Amino acid sequence: MSVSTLMIDGHEVAMAAGATLLAAAREVGITIPTLCHLEGLSPVAACRLCLVEIEGSGKLEPACITPVLEGMVVRTDTSRLQDYRRTVIELLFTEGNHVCAVCVANGHCELQDRAVDVGMDHSRLPYRYPDRPVDLSHHLFGLDHNRCILCTRCVRVCDEVEGAHVWDVGWRGEHCRIISGLNQPWGEVDSCTNCGKCVQVCPTGALFHKGDTAEEKHDDSSQLVALVRARQARQVAP
Amino acid sequence: MPGVPSACSADSGAEVGGEIAAEKEQSFEALESILRQHQRSPASLIEVLNLAQETYRYLSDDLLRHVARNLELPFSQVFGTASFYHLFCFKAPARHSCTVCTGTACSVIGADRLVEALEQELGIRLGRSKADGSIGLGSVRCLGTCGAAPLVVIDGLVAKQQTVASVLEAVRSLRL
Amino acid sequence: MTPPAPLCLRCCTSAGCLASGAAELREALQRTVSRLELADRVEIRGVGCLGPCSQGALLAVDPDGVIFAGVRAEDAAGLIAALVHRSVLEATDGQWRPLAWTPATGERLDTRRPFFAHQRRVVLENCGLIDPERIEAAIERGAYDQLRRAVQDLSPVQVVETIRCSGLRGRGGAGYPTGLKWATVAKMPGDHKVVVCNADEGDPGAFMDRSVLEGDPHRVLEGMAIAAFAVGASRGFLYIRAEYTLAISNLRRAIEQANRHRLLGQSLFDSGFDFSVELRVGAGAYVCGEETALIHSIEGKRGTPRPRPPYPAEQGVGGLPTLINNVETFANVVPILREGADWYAAIGTTSSKGTKVFSLTGHVRWGGLLEVPMGTSLSMIVEEMGGGAPEGFTIKAVQTGGPSGGCVPASELDTAVDYASLQALGTIMGSGGMVVMDHTTDMVGIAAFFMEFCRDESCGKCVPCRAGTVQLHGLLQKHLAGDATAEDLAQLEALCHMVKDTSLCGLGQSAPKPVLSTLRFFRDEYVARLKPVAAPSTGVAP
Repeated sequence: MSVSTLMIDGHEVAMAAGATLLAAAREVGITIPTLCHLEGLSPVAACRLCLVEIEGSGKLEPACITPVLEGMVVRTDTSRLQDYRRTVIELLFTEGNHVCAVCVANGHCELQDRAVDVGMDHSRLPYRYPDRPVDLSHHLFGLDHNRCILCTRCVRVCDEVEGAHVWDVGWRGEHCRIISGLNQPWGEVDSCTNCGKCVQVCPTGALFHKGDTAEEKHDDSSQLVALVRARQARQVAP
Repeated sequence: MPGVPSACSADSGAEVGGEIAAEKEQSFEALESILRQHQRSPASLIEVLNLAQETYRYLSDDLLRHVARNLELPFSQVFGTASFYHLFCFKAPARHSCTVCTGTACSVIGADRLVEALEQELGIRLGRSKADGSIGLGSVRCLGTCGAAPLVVIDGLVAKQQTVASVLEAVRSLRL
Repeated sequence: MTPPAPLCLRCCTSAGCLASGAAELREALQRTVSRLELADRVEIRGVGCLGPCSQGALLAVDPDGVIFAGVRAEDAAGLIAALVHRSVLEATDGQWRPLAWTPATGERLDTRRPFFAHQRRVVLENCGLIDPERIEAAIERGAYDQLRRAVQDLSPVQVVETIRCSGLRGRGGAGYPTGLKWATVAKMPGDHKVVVCNADEGDPGAFMDRSVLEGDPHRVLEGMAIAAFAVGASRGFLYIRAEYTLAISNLRRAIEQANRHRLLGQSLFDSGFDFSVELRVGAGAYVCGEETALIHSIEGKRGTPRPRPPYPAEQGVGGLPTLINNVETFANVVPILREGADWYAAIGTTSSKGTKVFSLTGHVRWGGLLEVPMGTSLSMIVEEMGGGAPEGFTIKAVQTGGPSGGCVPASELDTAVDYASLQALGTIMGSGGMVVMDHTTDMVGIAAFFMEFCRDESCGKCVPCRAGTVQLHGLLQKHLAGDATAEDLAQLEALCHMVKDTSLCGLGQSAPKPVLSTLRFFRDEYVARLKPVAAPSTGVAP
């Protein structure tokens, strides 16, 4: 297997061909913020938090899908990137209704963590206070669209890992919303296996266990990674 | 020339009870030939939905389920795809449609005034239908017939170089 | 004695003229001709766009080539009478007499006027001449000859090389060298490849592709087939927006005819080369003009773009290597093969070869469809050919490139239209929509108009475009309402750069361009709208 050597924020790192910049950065202890990315699921490069600068390229590239190349010089934390990341977080906070104090995921929320990382204590852009519904029709779980950031992890895990494809994205643009079935209440969708993987991978409090109250939802997406790895291993084994 | 399609209104017209009940019992036979022509390939979803809407006026839940089962696609994927495109409607459209082109050429030449006058005349906002289901007021982003701007499409027919007076006259002549 | 010249009345049946009563005119002419039993002497022919759509309905009379504008159905009888009268005179003394007839309802256009005289019709050479509903008419004008030549006499490599040497660049907006694109797809391994024609012309104010498809559909199909031969594809898709109903029906018919004549389908010209074309009709989504979104839509999915690489050349429709070009690009292929790469490369400028079709609309006297050599100045197109702004108005700016483009101020109209010069002005060639704006136009309003368009057309996948265009539109509305402060203006500009730099696809990356371009040339209009800063009260009596 061929190996590429590159520089990330002044650190030299050697990676196997095909590895992503995100993995390469992790190798040298550099954390690039992500939200839509989750190991074990296909990448979509949609949140744009992991954009990095690559010397010689005028364009910013998402670290989650950009493969390493020999001689690359990458910067992950310039002031421009810091400002853009903060703006991404601000855009997410202003397009939904995120009230951390009363949220099930308070203290265990990836959106909240990223806001802390980028130093966003208030939004420079106006809040939009959209009118969004909450779906409590499922007997085990709930979906609060106010807290949804449209990362599509639930859509992907249900399709790619569970194989049920309960979820998809409906409409477009600012009207995008996660839908189940034919835009039905979740509880009415026959194809749902009640496996709870979507709840597990949700980075915010949008998908939650019924009965969880403020701060009770814990991020356990690492379980998914273990599951995907185990399945892959079984497929490879004779 | 077939009528120009119009984007569906955000809300439905009045329920036309008998008609919808009758559609529910249909087996959507009109779709059989296109399904067969595409060998029930999932890639034909949009083609099938286009014909389905043309034939049955809008995409009812039953119709969407029928298409999903025939193409072996998850329901959420069928609805997610259909709702992405402006021209698909999920509720019965109003009996008449009035669509104002709001493309660049029409806009710089006065489409806003037409929209304003029509909203006032019909008592509905752009993108809505009258409660009695008689007419829907919509907009389209450029029909590519800019030489005749501003354009208004009434029941599929394009009328060129419209003025407030001419468009109101056209709408009134529908005798809603 | 020479037989009388064939009399032919060409009625424009394109969407623009149809909205001006062209169908009624054509019917009236047809009725008169059959009533007078003149069918063997006078041909009534429906044709594609004749050019100045703003003057429709248009009618051309052969052999004179005179064009009449604004002709109405009630004029039909008078025109036929004049034609017959003349041909009777010609038959008796053999003298040529120019048609002396003035319509009661319209006007006779002087074809020497700049709108016509400065055109160079390469793409549109058959448009307005042939009946697009009859493949025989296209074949008479040489349709499918170049496909036959390519398949029988040339190798795929020779075809790619010819296109490369011609200097043709993609006419959809980005201007990527066509020959290079073809060569990349040709080099991809595998027996199954796809050719896609992007006819999802969505820029408001643009109708070049519609006109070509309505007026000369076989030209585009032949271009696709030649491309397929060159890159080794056997399957083709032509993706067209649903709003183009006439183009769709003309294309459906054209594909059926070509299949029946065995000019598309299996083993073309008994060579073993197969190529079939499927029409795919969109359902209202501007973003499907973006190539990865277009691929998803052809696959029956949501039209959301995905990151590149992999480029469509490697993984396109159904994961197969795919060549995507737009309508006008394919329409250039036949003349390049027929006349040679050198001939084509001699037209235009050093970096932009050939001609470009533009649709000219807005505050201009002569709007419509025109084709000029690359390098023609904007002022030639707008002031000379288009006749400038209507009486009493002056031109303030010309918008090119649609929602992805920018506004060129009147002071820069000497700029030549080529890819590089327009880019230097902060706009793009785009697909060829050109909207003229007079001095009464509010440039902040125009910026808000385009931002609203992008907000509505954003697919919603990536955050900067989905949420950023909403915030940008809100900021522009604030400016329009006179509520914006200097900080809002600074935030508007900063957010424009953020959305431009971080969005996933071309729609989001270029959505801020109309704002940035109007800020560059018309910043005073933004500043003039800022909320007046309240004078600090000093508490000191005057």
